Amino acid sequence: MFLPAMLYVAALVGVPFVLAFLYSVGDVKVGSRGYHFVGLANFRSVFQNPAFFRALENSFIFTIASQVLVLVGATILALGLKDAFPGRRALRFLIVLPWVAPVSIGSIGWKWILDSLYSVINWVLIRLHLANQFSPPMWLGEPKLAMLSVILVHTWHMLLFATVILLAGMTSIPRDIPEAAEVDGAGFFRRLFQIEIPMMLPIINVAVLFGIVFTFTDMTVIYILTRGGPYDTTQVLPSLAFFTGILGSDLAEGAVISIFLVPMLVVVAWMMLRTASRAEVT
Amino acid sequence: MIGGLRARRRARAAVRWATLATFAVALAFPFYWMLITAFKRTGDLYDLKNSPFLFHEAPTLEHVRFLFRETLFLRWLGNTGLAGLAVVAITLLFATPAAYALARLTGRWGERIGIGVFLTYLVPPTLLFIPLSRIVARLGLQDSLGSIILVYPSFTIPFSIWLLMGFFKSIPRELEDAAMVDGLSRFQTFVQLVIPISLSGILTVVIFSFTLVMQEFVYALTFISSASHQTVGVGVPIYLVRGDVYYWGSLMAACLISSLPIAILYNVFLDRFIAGFTVGSVK
Repeated sequence: MFLPAMLYVAALVGVPFVLAFLYSVGDVKVGSRGYHFVGLANFRSVFQNPAFFRALENSFIFTIASQVLVLVGATILALGLKDAFPGRRALRFLIVLPWVAPVSIGSIGWKWILDSLYSVINWVLIRLHLANQFSPPMWLGEPKLAMLSVILVHTWHMLLFATVILLAGMTSIPRDIPEAAEVDGAGFFRRLFQIEIPMMLPIINVAVLFGIVFTFTDMTVIYILTRGGPYDTTQVLPSLAFFTGILGSDLAEGAVISIFLVPMLVVVAWMMLRTASRAEVT
Repeated sequence: MIGGLRARRRARAAVRWATLATFAVALAFPFYWMLITAFKRTGDLYDLKNSPFLFHEAPTLEHVRFLFRETLFLRWLGNTGLAGLAVVAITLLFATPAAYALARLTGRWGERIGIGVFLTYLVPPTLLFIPLSRIVARLGLQDSLGSIILVYPSFTIPFSIWLLMGFFKSIPRELEDAAMVDGLSRFQTFVQLVIPISLSGILTVVIFSFTLVMQEFVYALTFISSASHQTVGVGVPIYLVRGDVYYWGSLMAACLISSLPIAILYNVFLDRFIAGFTVGSVK
């Protein structure tokens, strides 16, 4: 009974997965059906493009920076939300919004907030005399600020996902251990860093691994906020693959760029399976 | 001593509230901003002398009216609804029997296939979109809703199988055996007993698949090239912008209208949705 489902998924995930590798070593073109093996020629021409190395580096910066921020924010949020208190449901609704609203739509909201002329952030900064009225920060127009902006917006979107996973993990920690530690005189931070966080490590692992996959392979926030600009300075591997392979119609080179996502996926998948099998043993 | 404890508790509650309130404001701010922008008159919106937080002229419905009358917004909503229903139907049709079979498959194999199903969920659209765009074109589905209706189940099915497996496993086997002793076939047992018991799981799958159609961006952007065939998730951020002109009022109204209903819906099912992610790793 699972055969139809497996065939469906194999046809639309397995087949294109294999094709992606074949495209990267072939001469596929839009509109022609021919295929010839060309070895590593596509790889060579991708490596000659400085934008590729920039995108590779940016992918790591984007992923690591946003996941660190997500992890810190999610831990604080989860600790704040774990016990019931009046107003928790209403608060949760507000916190959930960035995750459930379509990312593309949330990002366009940010594009307006970070607008070059009408940015509300700049309006406040100018009133507080933290920014110059005549040359306010161009959030999406200067390379460093643009990178910072896409990282923060992506963090904004991903925060809830990690928080909820952590919350699920916290409820599975037996309450009596931290409580006993409190009776023994351990302070809040000592309990947090020496008991609660170590006990939550497996679940933090899960949250981080999912976060890495969803960040390393995503291009939505970047596509909407900066289109990889200014001058390719916020381009990441997925967005570069899109511009090259889909908009630029160079299927082979686009496939080569996408292929560089695979090592990361393999590492994450392997670590996830390890986490899962450990949880079963204990 | 007791007084000290109470004071400490009160201080802790205050810190908690301050922290959570800060987060809530930062996280919900863009939506508040959409709300303000959507109802502000154009002159007020673009006057830099005015405080952007307040209405200096009376609020207006002009942007909302423009959105519904002059743009393809309604069309996009319709497309999203249609594609959503189709994806939900395909997902249920394939995922429910598969999940049931896997839940009842004993031994290492059931588990291995379960893990395999789960791993396919990690393969991202940005790796597959180039080959898929050719497959979609070969099937004659380019630039039509058919393309996403075909492709979206490739990730809703694995996720739904994973989620439903948990539900089906929790049904005691004896219950099914008893039903079959009473003369029901396995198929009848499945339809008359298993499905009604797992209704909340199935409902979660429905909501998940439907909202995914609203949220997905990369595939819809890749496969569909004309504005009139788009879903809300791509139509609003890409096609409401004409040239370099942004109709911020209407754009923010569209954002608000397309995110609030799904936020409310999702909020109800959030816990179960997350259980789908953690069920394999947390026991």
